Amino acid sequence: MTFTSPVLSPAAAPIFPAASMVAFRDVRKSFGAFEVLKGIDLDVGAGEVVALIGRSGSGKSTALRCVNGLEAINGGELTVCGRALHQGGTDLRELRKEVGIVFQSYNLFPHLTVEQNVTLAPRKVHRIGAAEARELAAEVLAQVGLSEKAQNYPEQLSGGQQQRVAIARSLAMRPKLMLFDEVTSALDPELTGEVLRTIEGLAASGMTMMLVTHEMAFAKSVADKIVFMHQGRIWETGDGGMLSSPQTAELQQFVGNGL
Amino acid sequence: MGYDFDFSFLASYAPDLWHGVWLTLGMTFVSIVPGFILGTSVALARLYGGRWLAGAATCYVEAIRNTPLIIQVFWLFFGLSVLQIYIGSFLAAVIALTINVGAYTAEIMRAGFQSIPKGQIEAADCLALGPVQTVVSIQLPQAVERVYPALVSQFVLMMLATSIMSQVSAEELTGVAYMIQSFTFRGFEVYLVIAVIYLAMATLLRLVLMGVAQVSFPRRRRLGTPL
Repeated sequence: MTFTSPVLSPAAAPIFPAASMVAFRDVRKSFGAFEVLKGIDLDVGAGEVVALIGRSGSGKSTALRCVNGLEAINGGELTVCGRALHQGGTDLRELRKEVGIVFQSYNLFPHLTVEQNVTLAPRKVHRIGAAEARELAAEVLAQVGLSEKAQNYPEQLSGGQQQRVAIARSLAMRPKLMLFDEVTSALDPELTGEVLRTIEGLAASGMTMMLVTHEMAFAKSVADKIVFMHQGRIWETGDGGMLSSPQTAELQQFVGNGL
Repeated sequence: MGYDFDFSFLASYAPDLWHGVWLTLGMTFVSIVPGFILGTSVALARLYGGRWLAGAATCYVEAIRNTPLIIQVFWLFFGLSVLQIYIGSFLAAVIALTINVGAYTAEIMRAGFQSIPKGQIEAADCLALGPVQTVVSIQLPQAVERVYPALVSQFVLMMLATSIMSQVSAEELTGVAYMIQSFTFRGFEVYLVIAVIYLAMATLLRLVLMGVAQVSFPRRRRLGTPL
């Protein structure tokens, strides 16, 4: 049995639009014999917010992790912030100065205070001084609403606060693109809300973002484009409206089960 | 029986005992820092060194952990002298202790490094930190804090193991004790007092190392929770 994606063939889409910050062209990725991504075509323009939705195992997290080089692609072309990741020899450290990522499990550094977590990379990588680091921490912590927690340690914070610190930590590197990998999946509904409001604020500020999420209402409200992935392919793409009028049986079933 | 316990004669040996105490403490403190640096480097070599470096590190660790310390120091002291290389007993002792404690420290630190969740290292990578920056700023401080009790035990064991160095004529505490005992034939009193002195030194060493922890782990000092 073969699956055919109902999405238009890539030839019909414009190749590398000028403002495209991320461009997937027939991207393939396998783990061993298992092909997780079976030819992904996707563009993310500057200032655009793209939500990746789909079942667990549909390849959405893998697609996201390819964008900052956490996973190397096995086929096709992937260009991120002007860097051709498929050509090899890409300096991933240079790429990651421009692409921030936030994980489901926060991954804060437990031995450092919130302020130290936020300023470690700018100090070590961008070589900013102590005074500038303090100002930077104050700025990004204010952005996520945690100014008063600067001197606390991660274990003293709730999950939602920890996740907002993780967002601030990424923002402190002044990224051009932010990736969010199921950042609310470990949180209860109340804490999810505070993290989502932070991300909404970021979207409103014009940040380019790709987010993998299971929060359908959030995807609908914040995303310019929603991408439904199924079995390693992009099955359906659209704006928020596509969730209420799915074109495919798979998306119908997915949103139906999700509600 | 009719043995009369008498500790008074020890007073006349006080300068010798004092000298022995200083030599024991000196060997210990001089060996701890290089031993820790060596062990940590070897642990990193085993974890990240690639096939050859990791292999060499494994050989070192296993060779040292599976041979007696006394043979190691004999080889340095008597073995090298056959090759016309003479190192004094203090230097032989310090080198042997450093190499010995380095091997045990390597295994302790390896456990510490491996206990750090992979997600943190991935996060550091994603923040554009380089491998050396990640080790220095993220992995090392947490690894040391997590295995600190084991490190303290190992360093105290090393201090007690300096007693072996009397065998290469280092006049550390055990060497001095043996000398006094051979002059006075009062082994019971001598070794009882020596044991108490070792106990006091081990307690002192633990206190010093706890002080180091207070300064080194500000999070723990403030919150009192394990990492």
